[in-house]
Amino acid sequence: MTVQELPGAAAYRPTPPPAWKPITDPAPLLPDPEPYRVLGTDAVADVDPELLLRLHAELVRGRRYNTQATALTKQGRLAVYPSSTGQEACEIAAALVLEERDWLFPSYRDTLAAVARGLDPVEALTLLRGDRHTGYDPREHRIAPLCTPLATQLPHAVGLAHAARLKGDDVVALAMVGDGGTSEGDFHEALNFAAVWKAPVVFLVQNNGFAISVPLAKQTAAPSLAHKAVGYGMPGRLVDGNDAAAVHQVLSEAVARARRGEGPTLVEAVTYRMEAHTNADDATRYRVDSEVEAWRAHDPVQLLERELTGRGLLDDEGIERAREAAERMAAALRDRMNADPELAPMDLFTHVYAEQTSQLREQAAALRAELDAEQDHEHSAEESR
Amino acid sequence: MTTAATKAGGRTAKTKPATMAQALGRALRDSMAEDPTVHVLGEDVGTLGGVFRITDGLAKEFGDDRCTDTPLAEAGILGAAVGMAMYGLRPVVEMQFDAFAYPAFEQLISHVAKMRNRTGGAMPLPITVRVPYGGGIGGVEHHSDSSEAYYMATPGLHVVTPATVDDAYGLLRASIASDDPVVFLEPKRLYWSKADWSPEAPAAVEPIGRAVVRRPGRSATLITYGPSLPVCMEAAEAAVAEGWDLEVVDLRSLVPFDDETVAASVRRTGRAVVVHESPGFGGPGGEIAARITERCFHHLEAPVLRVAGFDIPYPPPMLERHHLPGVDRVLDAVARLQWEADS
Repeated sequence: MTVQELPGAAAYRPTPPPAWKPITDPAPLLPDPEPYRVLGTDAVADVDPELLLRLHAELVRGRRYNTQATALTKQGRLAVYPSSTGQEACEIAAALVLEERDWLFPSYRDTLAAVARGLDPVEALTLLRGDRHTGYDPREHRIAPLCTPLATQLPHAVGLAHAARLKGDDVVALAMVGDGGTSEGDFHEALNFAAVWKAPVVFLVQNNGFAISVPLAKQTAAPSLAHKAVGYGMPGRLVDGNDAAAVHQVLSEAVARARRGEGPTLVEAVTYRMEAHTNADDATRYRVDSEVEAWRAHDPVQLLERELTGRGLLDDEGIERAREAAERMAAALRDRMNADPELAPMDLFTHVYAEQTSQLREQAAALRAELDAEQDHEHSAEESR
Repeated sequence: MTTAATKAGGRTAKTKPATMAQALGRALRDSMAEDPTVHVLGEDVGTLGGVFRITDGLAKEFGDDRCTDTPLAEAGILGAAVGMAMYGLRPVVEMQFDAFAYPAFEQLISHVAKMRNRTGGAMPLPITVRVPYGGGIGGVEHHSDSSEAYYMATPGLHVVTPATVDDAYGLLRASIASDDPVVFLEPKRLYWSKADWSPEAPAAVEPIGRAVVRRPGRSATLITYGPSLPVCMEAAEAAVAEGWDLEVVDLRSLVPFDDETVAASVRRTGRAVVVHESPGFGGPGGEIAARITERCFHHLEAPVLRVAGFDIPYPPPMLERHHLPGVDRVLDAVARLQWEADS
């Protein structure tokens, strides 16, 4: 048997000296020099007005979801909330470009994308409320658990997409990560695996300017984050992350490309984190108000509203209707979040292993005894009153 | 595991000498043949058959998609395995060496170990992570770590390590069949150890989590696992001349830990020595000694002693014999078990 006949040697090519030569022309992989835009450009004429109106309704709802969730932290109903205010165009577009059978891999800042995909907002928020790490069945919704460790969800998306392709299923995985996450080793490994395996994955980097306090200039010396794609042999796309129509278009094209079996795409959406990292952070320590104000003038909701009203597709009444719908969503969320979650301490031991170990059985019995003693104590306290 | 047990049931099979490496390879092959969702992935596992040749022939028999040469990136390998398991596959990951598994730590600790728990039982990850571990093969730096203490300190993982050819097959089959993630530690220096073995009818193996008494005895119990089992067996034979009849317990599984078998043995003998290669400080022996003391205090004639690797980074190969616990060190520990109090 020659080496060429060995199993798994299909990708092997004997290499004569002097050196390995790249077989890929990098030019088609390069991102545009400027972030791609649709709103306010000629390209908008090609966009279905229905889609624009849908995006608008979702963006208004998404903005209201963000302000409501932040308010819930102040009322002690959420332990913490990393807001995606200002980034709603990315969140909404990421959810809307996927088919039901596809998978979404969100980071901790992407509860809005999960909600826009159809997940119950209370289930999406249990992690941040602090009663359950994951409030939903990932397989039922095809939404991976919200991922707190940076970029570690990216190789999961690659593995899942790869597995789906091996099974012959038409499934695309869209994985979300921030600008800071692109510095992580898992970002590199995931993109490399995805390209080598031609996995049907779309990587959406929301470049919101900051990794907590650290600005992008301290994060990377790359020409753009989208340029990183070229090193892996996949196309990089640079898009205005506050232009919902542009993000939707670029992500749709990347999803379609993945579906055609042409492999992964890296999309950098340039946006801005309008709020602090979380409610526990103080953004005035590391950035100037004038920058925030400049981005306020480039607000994703307003950009879209301006386009729609300017073209006569949306009037004040329509805007009001979208706001009212969002308000109803917020009121319902507020009401439900104002109820104390039911806690089941004994469940702490239920899902560590398929079968409880003898050690966990002993520890569960000890906790049971503590809980019983607490209850007895409360009973006797009530009786003595 | 049940499969192995059923196959062994009542059958007289022809045995011939086989190595642990061969038994491990056979376990992978049989698992893949039986369950099409079992996928092997790792560095050099395909065309080459792995640097230890454990996966030899798998790519040829099952194709590249079932036994996959991955890019050289351990976090990526394990992270991809997580995604594959999320989609219903049963990945078996090969880490090339103990110390090369460390880049995958975050995936292992934050995702593999926790996914069942963090999804309320909705999404368990049936992933087996095979890690060749331990010293004694003359490996240069970063090729001989005993990394078991890191893994056993992480709830959500099973940590399994065979010491015999039979167990290598049975425990690996059981690990792959397990719906929980298993870190499967393969003692490198026992890869080429031989035993009479029949691949057609492997011996019955109990489920993961059961220790076994390898040598019954009355004087004291040696508690060990993986690469140190042969050392303890040899020490027990040598101890006969000293008048000690030593019992040897092979843990086989560090997590779950078989308190029952260990405590029953120590209650019988009244004395215990834990033996492993891993550094003693913060190592498995401390946990095991504490568990014995908590359960067997009134049966103990002497403090539980540990014979472990020194608390040093793994030494250069020409010095490793000074580091690894050997027969003499085990016998010295046995001699310190306060025998004079008996008289």
